[in-house]
Amino acid sequence: MPLNPPFYLQDRSFNFENDNDRGNKHLMQIRATRKGKWAVLLLAAVSLISLLAAACGGDDDDTPTATAASAKTAAGSPAAGSPTAAGIAANIGKNDKAQLNGAGATFPAPIYQAWFDDYNKNVAKGVQINYQSLGSGAGIQQFTANTVDFGASDAPMSNDELAKAPDAQHVPTVIGAVVMTYNLAGITSLKLDGETVAKIYLGTIKKWNDPAIAAQNAGVNLPDKDIQVAYRSDSSGTTFVFTDYLSKVSADWKTAVGTNKAPNWPAGQGGKGNEGVTNVVKQTPNAIGYVELNYAVENKLAFADMKNKAGKYIKPTIESASAAAAGVTIPDDYRVSITDSTGEAAYPITSFTYLLVFKSTGKCAQQTPLANFLWWSAHDGAAAADVKTLNYSPLPSSLLPRIEATIKSLKCDGGAKASLSGQ
Amino acid sequence: MSASTIGGQRKPASLKNRLKPGEWAFTGLTAAAAMIMISVIVGVFYVLIDQSWESVRENGFSFVYGSTWDPAKETFGAWPFILGTLITSIFALVFATIIAVLVALFLVEIAPMWISRPVSYLVELLAAIPSVVFGLWGIFVMGPFIRDHFGPVVVALFGWIPFFDGTPQITGLFSGCVILTIMILPTVMAVSRDVIAAVPRSQREGIMALGATRWEMIQIAVLPYARSGVLGASILGLARAVGETLAVTLVIGNSVRIPENVFAPAYTMASVIANQFNEATGIHRAALIEVALLLLLITFAINVVARLLVWRVTGGQRAVVQE
Repeated sequence: MPLNPPFYLQDRSFNFENDNDRGNKHLMQIRATRKGKWAVLLLAAVSLISLLAAACGGDDDDTPTATAASAKTAAGSPAAGSPTAAGIAANIGKNDKAQLNGAGATFPAPIYQAWFDDYNKNVAKGVQINYQSLGSGAGIQQFTANTVDFGASDAPMSNDELAKAPDAQHVPTVIGAVVMTYNLAGITSLKLDGETVAKIYLGTIKKWNDPAIAAQNAGVNLPDKDIQVAYRSDSSGTTFVFTDYLSKVSADWKTAVGTNKAPNWPAGQGGKGNEGVTNVVKQTPNAIGYVELNYAVENKLAFADMKNKAGKYIKPTIESASAAAAGVTIPDDYRVSITDSTGEAAYPITSFTYLLVFKSTGKCAQQTPLANFLWWSAHDGAAAADVKTLNYSPLPSSLLPRIEATIKSLKCDGGAKASLSGQ
Repeated sequence: MSASTIGGQRKPASLKNRLKPGEWAFTGLTAAAAMIMISVIVGVFYVLIDQSWESVRENGFSFVYGSTWDPAKETFGAWPFILGTLITSIFALVFATIIAVLVALFLVEIAPMWISRPVSYLVELLAAIPSVVFGLWGIFVMGPFIRDHFGPVVVALFGWIPFFDGTPQITGLFSGCVILTIMILPTVMAVSRDVIAAVPRSQREGIMALGATRWEMIQIAVLPYARSGVLGASILGLARAVGETLAVTLVIGNSVRIPENVFAPAYTMASVIANQFNEATGIHRAALIEVALLLLLITFAINVVARLLVWRVTGGQRAVVQE
């Protein structure tokens, strides 16, 4: 037997349809009081809607005036402050006024945030930069769809992606390194080469005391235990850099798995984000995983020295990651992988991270403050203490003149004007 | 009310009443609200089909039964995700329902008021915990507990069943099942408790008068009366289990393989979307949207099957599904 439905479902005629009965004083009374309530409700709804409309309208009004003002001040302000080698001051944009929106990679988000805050507080008080760290893919998509003023990506745009956004200019900002972290009781120093790491992640090296690992670690007492492999389950630039490196050093990896942000892993288990991988490695004895250098340092994880192309075992540091960029021929559009660099002191698993800006199609109201910010970030920003405290590697100084030339070449309003002030 | 109902039939409202502007406005308002709901569902379906069409065309039916998911080689088979979602959800459904009914019986039939009130509140509070908090608790507390204590007990007791022999780990299929059970428990429990409490007193008194014990009373008078409501409650829980994303992603291990045992890392449909969507482009993105489409279809199918089940259990009477 089912439940009796509640009374209000049972008998719908409980409504006041017995209207013909004029003698029903009770009903008339109820109606009298309810009319007032409806009026109040209606009033409340109308006022709420008008309030919302006012709030939205206010937003729309503010933005254009602010950007219009920025165009004037940015164009008119003369160069001031300490001159740099190129004759343009680093704080060229100090009188700019603009609100810039960007989206993209999560890996450089901490340093970008620090830069944007620093720039807003100490250089250009009128420039507010909002950055959403949604991931490199989202950064490229939003940049291509023109919904942001700039994008950010760890992996350079592919030729296909570039075909959809031909006006894109890559500007490298900092260098990141990916480290192999492990959890081996009593072992604090480990050496690995790329071939071995590829075999571990392919599942062909299964034990820690495998001859391939033991041969590189004389004197280390490796356990006769299964290797617990951990990887990033979410699509990430970190995974892209890692698989890019493995594809360069291992032909087997290249054919079986390849380079991807979310490849089809032949072995192991996935943790979500750097913190997920870190947790798997920390809590699972005999585990190995890969995370970004800054994450490993902050969490005091043990990480391995990696053999580079020159045959040396290199500890991942800010300096050895910078050295990787110096050992690679960098093309004009900066779209290059710097993994497995030839430099003597180069750590092999590293990557540029890029800001994506418009070469010429952007509006000067946005592009000038952005170019001025890029100029600042390439000089004072890159030299700021934040970069190293957050464990990012600055670009090698040999690259600065080329970056300067790139920023100077940026145009706005369809190529009519140079974006950077003071030229 | 008795004046307007004659022989169970409603007396039609008078013409004068039906012409009142207020009546028209009210009818219009409710109809418009209903249309909004329908158009949302139609809209979601349209967008999912439209956006996933590239993948539907390229992968065909092998998308459903293929077990290789390789964005690098553009091979997309969603079977491991479908399997993971089905296993975790059904496990959670079965265990959460059993536990929830036991808790509800205790609270309604056995415990005194001063125990049942606070315990009810506490269990309902579980439903208010955000899923990311459940996930973090899952990897830091529940996972190690399963690996070190709970898992070995399960293996010792059920290790002779083929699928239950394995090495307990922090993250894996089993952790995903357990966290889902815990997460849907409050929903199922709260509804089951209300349904059991709604069993008329006369039923209980009748069977007690025949000399039944408390357990017999629950067995004969309470549970049969409440079963359609309990089934409805578990469907409500299942809906949450199928769509749960973040907590499961954190504990399930995220490995695109058919799990060889209950502790092996696995994957669910919602997890793969959460993991890969924000970096996906082109056909990879279309394939992920097709996973979402499949998830929606599976949810619909589950609801239809569950409703048929309720309908059968109650012998064709209208199910009381409180949603």
